[in-house]
Amino acid sequence: MYGRLPIAKMLAATVALTAAISAVMLPINWDGQAASTAAPKIDDLLSVMIVLSSFVFSLVMVMLFYALWKFKAKPGDESDGEPIHGNTRLEVAWTVIPTIIVLFGAGYSWSVLSDIEKPADNPLTVDVFSQQYAWSFGYPGKDNVWSQGELHVPVDRQVQFKMHAQDVIHSFWVPEWRIKKDNVPGITTTAIVTPDKLGTYQLICTELCGFGHASMRAKVVVETPADFRKWVAALPEKVPAPLADSIEQDTETNPVPVGAGGA
Amino acid sequence: MVAAIKQPGWIRGALGAILGAAFGFALVVALRKASGLPAYQTEQTGYPQVVVPLISGPLGFLLGFGCFDYWLRWAAGMPTIPEDHSQHGAKSWKDYFRFNTDHKVIGIQYICTTFFFFFVGGLMAMLIRAELAQPGTQIVDAATYNSLFSTHAVLMIFVFVIPVFAGIANYVLPLMIGAPDMAFPRLNALSFWMLPLAGLLFIGSFLAPGGAFDAGWTGYAPLSTGAPLGQSFFNLGVQFAGASSIATALNFLVTIITMRAPGMTFWRMPLLVWANLSTSLLVVAATPFIAGAQFMVLFDRALHTNFFEFAGGGDVVSYQHIFWFYSHPAVYIMMLPGFGIISEVISTHARKPIFGYRLMALALIGIVVLSYSVWAHHMFVAGMFSWLRVPMMITTLLIAVPTGIKIFSWIGTLYFGKIHTYSTAMLFALAFIVTFTIGGISGVMLGMVPIDIHVSDTYFIVAHIHFVLFGGSVFTIFAGIYHWFPKMTGRMYDERLGRVHFWGTLFGTWVTFIPMHWVGMDGMPRRVADYATQFGEWNLLISCGAFILGAVQLVFLYNMIVSWRFGPRAEANPWRANSIEWLVSSPPPIYNFDEIPRVVGGPYEFGVPGARHAIMAGEGVEAPAKPEPTVVGSS
Repeated sequence: MYGRLPIAKMLAATVALTAAISAVMLPINWDGQAASTAAPKIDDLLSVMIVLSSFVFSLVMVMLFYALWKFKAKPGDESDGEPIHGNTRLEVAWTVIPTIIVLFGAGYSWSVLSDIEKPADNPLTVDVFSQQYAWSFGYPGKDNVWSQGELHVPVDRQVQFKMHAQDVIHSFWVPEWRIKKDNVPGITTTAIVTPDKLGTYQLICTELCGFGHASMRAKVVVETPADFRKWVAALPEKVPAPLADSIEQDTETNPVPVGAGGA
Repeated sequence: MVAAIKQPGWIRGALGAILGAAFGFALVVALRKASGLPAYQTEQTGYPQVVVPLISGPLGFLLGFGCFDYWLRWAAGMPTIPEDHSQHGAKSWKDYFRFNTDHKVIGIQYICTTFFFFFVGGLMAMLIRAELAQPGTQIVDAATYNSLFSTHAVLMIFVFVIPVFAGIANYVLPLMIGAPDMAFPRLNALSFWMLPLAGLLFIGSFLAPGGAFDAGWTGYAPLSTGAPLGQSFFNLGVQFAGASSIATALNFLVTIITMRAPGMTFWRMPLLVWANLSTSLLVVAATPFIAGAQFMVLFDRALHTNFFEFAGGGDVVSYQHIFWFYSHPAVYIMMLPGFGIISEVISTHARKPIFGYRLMALALIGIVVLSYSVWAHHMFVAGMFSWLRVPMMITTLLIAVPTGIKIFSWIGTLYFGKIHTYSTAMLFALAFIVTFTIGGISGVMLGMVPIDIHVSDTYFIVAHIHFVLFGGSVFTIFAGIYHWFPKMTGRMYDERLGRVHFWGTLFGTWVTFIPMHWVGMDGMPRRVADYATQFGEWNLLISCGAFILGAVQLVFLYNMIVSWRFGPRAEANPWRANSIEWLVSSPPPIYNFDEIPRVVGGPYEFGVPGARHAIMAGEGVEAPAKPEPTVVGSS
């Protein structure tokens, strides 16, 4: 009975619509400027998803609108449709094929995730301290200096951010780096990024933290290693003791809590 | 006057509320005095002299209003007052404002109450979009803005989408399975009357010192544990809405399992019944988790229990695990009943059996099972144990499979059918397929950890949830309201106004929520009153779309009110549907059936020669030898 449907034409229409939607959507830079090694990988994943999603969307649209065009009741037609209750092969197909597609998506995402979170040999560790409604940053070294409201990192070197929140949850997001991580009171969270473009960016708090949430921003500067060393050397202040003490067990990567025989 | 106080009703209810609140207040003051403390405590989070009356006042109202009269008399060994006619059926509009145990009256009470909160929440959305039309702050300050979007979401979720489905099912489901009422009519009435209390607590929080709750509908600790008094209104409102939800779900479960008409096997249940069975399974097991989470926050605030207070040994992230263990299944609680509605509407208006009926039912059960295993996809950047992200990603993506089955099956139902699009219900059902597909696609993208890391807590999320909750759930609600309006009111609505409402809503939904995806990916965080000027033009467009969307809902309101009063009389079965509710008069008689119908076949046997779903009383004992195409109403 499905022989009566123009399957080949419908598939062709689906492919054509997929191509058209992809052709419009792929050239657009949806995520904005890319400024880390992770960004192009995430954007590629997005592009693959855009093509797959365009296909699924096109398939649904072609199937739906063909049916609406072909099987619309004529005015005054009070009869019923054909008593078709299902088709086992078709039902198996639209269970199995989407399963394969989403499992492919899961595998691809997993590989991108492990890729962008792979620790490098010699990362720079920077402590991030957040509080209502300000950011500050601690740099390693014998003095453990810190900077208020301005984050500087060297270009082309992996940075591991160790994040701490003083009062409520905040979230660290630099859109150009494509990384985001909540800063959670009581625990240390980690984010890894390798900035690969010099420039000035904005750090945005993305977890609702009170009335000042919208303006909780900080300036981010990616500079050459030489400029970075000079900037750190000029930092005047040391990390205050209460902030330094707040660095606690990292339950994100090690599930054993403090005092339970871990670390 | 004395008689009025003795009778259950509004006067005794008001008295109960006042006495209850006074008792709670006196208890707090007396206990504090006895402990040598000052009578009042006005720390930011404490206020026991307000919080305790907020519990005892509503309970006093329910007692006074008569929700517990029968049970209390029975428990005390007093003669119970048997059901008189006044507790069943509604003769005038006043009967809808009384404690009534008739499932059809309760259904309409639910629908009207929830739509009241829909319009209040919608007005808040209009204020939010007015503020966001331009960068900078113009209309409200940042703190009020936080209160507005928090209350908007809470009203829409807890006292609109979740209970309006309970309302529609309350009306339709017992009729559909051939039952005279729900299994526990008094519990049903109590469930309903807890709902306006929840809504009033949410809205009433604007009167609290410090303003309404402003930690988002998610109420993450420790922002919520340290928030002003309004947060306690939220914690308590959720308890009333949640208790209402759980009691209704139990009622549906028992009704569906034990009260189906003879012959209605599980595989002969309409998909709306399957959908409410699945939803109820989710509600009874998941809702206690949000009740628990909000009690823990309330205890942290009032009793310093330190569940989520890191300085006191609490664990901040655990709030999110408990919260989302309810709130992700809640997404399906807000979607599965809608799936049921769409199945009924599409099958009826395409004059075709549902394509792959058994797989459709199994897909619902699959969603129920999977939805308990995906909650942490809301927490990919929350700092939880990082390994957990991958299994949660896989289950999240897999849940797209049963959802996809449903989309394909609805489209399959259209093939070789006779599609009628004169009904606004069918237009909403067809548009739902399109908008929900988009919401599903963005959901799959969000399920992928690397993409989610970039877009979580941005406008992409706002776009996604509105596509699935407005373009999804609310479209199905409109489809359901239009579809059963003739049955509920006995009147036809105006299809022309229905079309205006439909096209306006569709256009408004797309203009409002599509660009939100773009600004979110490009760097605009959610929950901000102010934003970077680069997003100004898109936000102006979004706001214009939202105003169109808001304005066109007034057409719906007008259509419903005027048609209910003056619309042409509806026949028993205006859509020529098969299920049992269409075989009785519109509106159905009190107690639904003179005699319980007998179910003899599947619910969607359109086009099958001689097939019947149910045989009504007085139609003869044997199935007719001569095929009859459709069954006309018994009235």
